[in-house]
Amino acid sequence: MEESEKYGLDEKGSSRRKFLRNSGVAAGGVVVGSVLGGLIGFGGEKQHQAPKTEHEHAAPAANPNAALMFFTPDQYQTTIAATERIFPADENGPGAADLNVAIYIDHQLASPWGINAKDYMLGAFYKAEATQQEQVRILRKDLFLLGLKGLDDYSGNKFDSKFTSLEGEQQDEILTEFENGEYKLSGVSSSIFFDLLRILTIEGAYADPMYGGNKDMEGWAMRKFPGSRMNYNNEVVSKEFIELEPESLQSHMGH
Amino acid sequence: MSTKLPKVPAVIVGMGWAGGIIASELTKAGIKVVGIERGKERTTNDYLMGHDELRFQHRTELMQDLSKETITHRNDPNMRALPMRSYGTFIVGDGVGGAGSHWNGQTYRFLPYDFEIKSLTEEKYGTNKLGSEYTLQDWGITYDEIEPYYDTFEKMAGISGETVEMYGHRSNPYPTGPMVKTPTFELFEEATKKLGYHPYMLPSANLSENYTNPDGISRSACQYCAFCENFGCEYGAKADPVVTVIPVAKETGNLDLRTHSNVTRILNDGTKATGVVYVNTITGEEFEQPADVVIVTSYVFNNVRLLLNSNLGTPYNPETGEGSIGKNYCYQVSAGATTLFYEDKAFNNYAGAGALGIEIPDFAGDNFDHSDVNFIHGSGIRMTQYGNRPIAINQVPSGTPSWGAEFKKQSIKYANSTLQVKSQGASMPHKDNYLDLDPEYKDAYGMPLLRMTYDYTEQDKELVKYMSKVTRKIAEKIGADHYETTEEQATFNVNVDTNTHNTGGVIMGADSKTSAVNSYLQMWEAENVFVIGASAFPHNSSFNPTGTIGALSYRASEGIIKYLKDGGGSLV
Ligand SMILES: Cc1cc2nc3c(=O)[nH]c(=O)nc-3n(C[C@H](O)[C@H](O)[C@H](O)COP(=O)(O)OP(=O)(O)OC[C@H]3O[C@@H](n4cnc5c(N)ncnc54)[C@H](O)[C@@H]3O)c2cc1C
Ligand code: SF4
Repeated sequence: MEESEKYGLDEKGSSRRKFLRNSGVAAGGVVVGSVLGGLIGFGGEKQHQAPKTEHEHAAPAANPNAALMFFTPDQYQTTIAATERIFPADENGPGAADLNVAIYIDHQLASPWGINAKDYMLGAFYKAEATQQEQVRILRKDLFLLGLKGLDDYSGNKFDSKFTSLEGEQQDEILTEFENGEYKLSGVSSSIFFDLLRILTIEGAYADPMYGGNKDMEGWAMRKFPGSRMNYNNEVVSKEFIELEPESLQSHMGH
Repeated sequence: MSTKLPKVPAVIVGMGWAGGIIASELTKAGIKVVGIERGKERTTNDYLMGHDELRFQHRTELMQDLSKETITHRNDPNMRALPMRSYGTFIVGDGVGGAGSHWNGQTYRFLPYDFEIKSLTEEKYGTNKLGSEYTLQDWGITYDEIEPYYDTFEKMAGISGETVEMYGHRSNPYPTGPMVKTPTFELFEEATKKLGYHPYMLPSANLSENYTNPDGISRSACQYCAFCENFGCEYGAKADPVVTVIPVAKETGNLDLRTHSNVTRILNDGTKATGVVYVNTITGEEFEQPADVVIVTSYVFNNVRLLLNSNLGTPYNPETGEGSIGKNYCYQVSAGATTLFYEDKAFNNYAGAGALGIEIPDFAGDNFDHSDVNFIHGSGIRMTQYGNRPIAINQVPSGTPSWGAEFKKQSIKYANSTLQVKSQGASMPHKDNYLDLDPEYKDAYGMPLLRMTYDYTEQDKELVKYMSKVTRKIAEKIGADHYETTEEQATFNVNVDTNTHNTGGVIMGADSKTSAVNSYLQMWEAENVFVIGASAFPHNSSFNPTGTIGALSYRASEGIIKYLKDGGGSLV
């Protein structure tokens, strides 16, 4: 027990320091998009996608999973900006942008879940009473895109600008109005989109990294969650808090 | 056109706990059984990549596929019921093992009081304690009669626990000792003892030690891995039909298990069944399986729905109170709770197990006097440690926004620094809470969905108010920097309410006029149909249901074997 305790603390301490060094996130600072410098060569400036420099080839961060299968680059940028407001970088560690939450969302919306494959979609969609579940005919993938477009449309109306170009406080203002259902998307309240955005952000921060978010398990590390270990016989009876280095499902491969 | 298959002695619809137990008992007795299951085959191999919160908890991988069928819900008869289109927290099992694959494993017995609740309540508090709209009934079986079956179930599953003086007598101690007492449970224990209560460790189907059961099945001890509730156990430490009764049934050579097979109807002439019709969910082919006995173990909802869709038994009529199929649907009330927040203490709450908990019996059943309160029965007041997973659990002090900088800061700050004293309370039947067929919505096979008409009653609300105060009192005795108590039971919402303990609809009793099945769970109106599950409970106790389902399944097995041997007849 003591051994794992010591091991956990030392390992964790160093990995957190490493994070702060690498990402350059200052306490409380907002870094929307900045960390994606290496990733978003295609973000509108096409020529940057072309031949890679040797340095880029050698970059250890190359992660084949961090590419889009659903969003356009613009939609991806809006998603990064919105999720970062929901789960911002702070002194605890990275926010949604650095955790690749938008990659996670992209992959989820491209999955069977994005087309509500396991939901009941038959019969009439009546208006629900307050004690009943909202009856939403629109598929999640379409609802999300409607919502992203809504964010831009509303930003245009209100601030004469795209959502991604707004100040953080302005983005919060828009998101709050969406949360309260004050903006009407076609066929559905903006609050339904907001709920989806919020839960996807939390999931993207904390789901197993194989889904594309929770980059380097930093989401887990922030809250001292050890991931998917196989047993906690020592920890469950320990009076001291035992901080363990997180492990992902990858560590279960080959068992 | 359906293909007619050769007749068999017994067909079982649904291979969860009830179906698995019946299959193992009948096949051990030499009876040929066809087990029909709508979901997939499962072994512990399916659990090996199991520590995945997203896949199993939030994408509900092991649960009923709602694109095929769901339930509809309304709070009262004047509303239009609407389908539950995606899961909130109200989940239904699927596949071999049923919900027994991903349950927590909290394995209680009900109280002697439960089985004779109407008689005992009237004896002590008079006939007007609850109004006549509460359709309270005795079960047609006493605790002493069901005790041996509890014992059999507990030995098969290897339940880990300690004897509780304030509950019914036990013919034997639990087969394995209690689970470990965590440091936070020691806080609960100390506080409740100081208040004069009698804490005990929850009876658990997560084995506290290696165990070999009377069928010769050996399983290893729980590792407190914390991926338990909503997950399968890769160690086989959690009792699950897949690692207990189903392999035993298979071993006999008498079980013909058909997966991906969804039963749509029970064939019958109004007084006797002749078999079932099922659809292969992958190919769409339809089959007819004739049988001498039809055993319905498809969980509360489909137990009721299959009978109604097959015109078997008399549907309950809430206007007249006549009929029994769909009657006395009950739930549980677990709103009353106090959360304890700590500024500079952290607990290893990422570790845990599905049935790791400590509880007091002092407010259960009639263990305290109800003369001065407006409700009967009670709650277990408890602290549990299932393992806090990060997508699901983000406790923040009230007033904290649900997103943004402050949310992130607070949810991380308290990630390992909260505890909870909770309650889980009994649910009494009410004439307006019932199940019937939805007039509009259908499943993927064209059969009407089940409609639930349900809301919490005055009794429930009074109970929650009372119990929430007890949770607060214990929490304050434990001590924390900040407390938050939920004091009221909100209106029922099928996507918000967390509890997987649905009961009633095909209730048992001593009288064929007020119940659907007898004490062997044999239908009064069709002697070769046995309907087994929590659907048989005339009310719901404060305890988790499966111990009682297991006991009733063993008793029903005994009845079915006798029925087949005698060549028919009522068992009572
Ligand atoms: C997350 C969770 C945690 C739980 N924790 C606890 C706990 O700690 N303690 C406790 O006592 N209980 C607990 N429960 C409840 C417990 O799992 C159930 O009481 C128990 O599994 C019920 O057994 P059953 O055999 O009646 O139904 P199930 O286990 O649900 O099995 C029914 C089977 O029938 C099949 N079926 C249904 N319809 C058809 C059809 N038309 N054709 C063919 N097959 C069909 C289903 O696919 C399923 O496999 C929990 C439940 C859940 C979901
Ligand atoms: S907590 Fe124990 S019983 Fe539950 S899944 Fe893990 S090892 Fe199995």
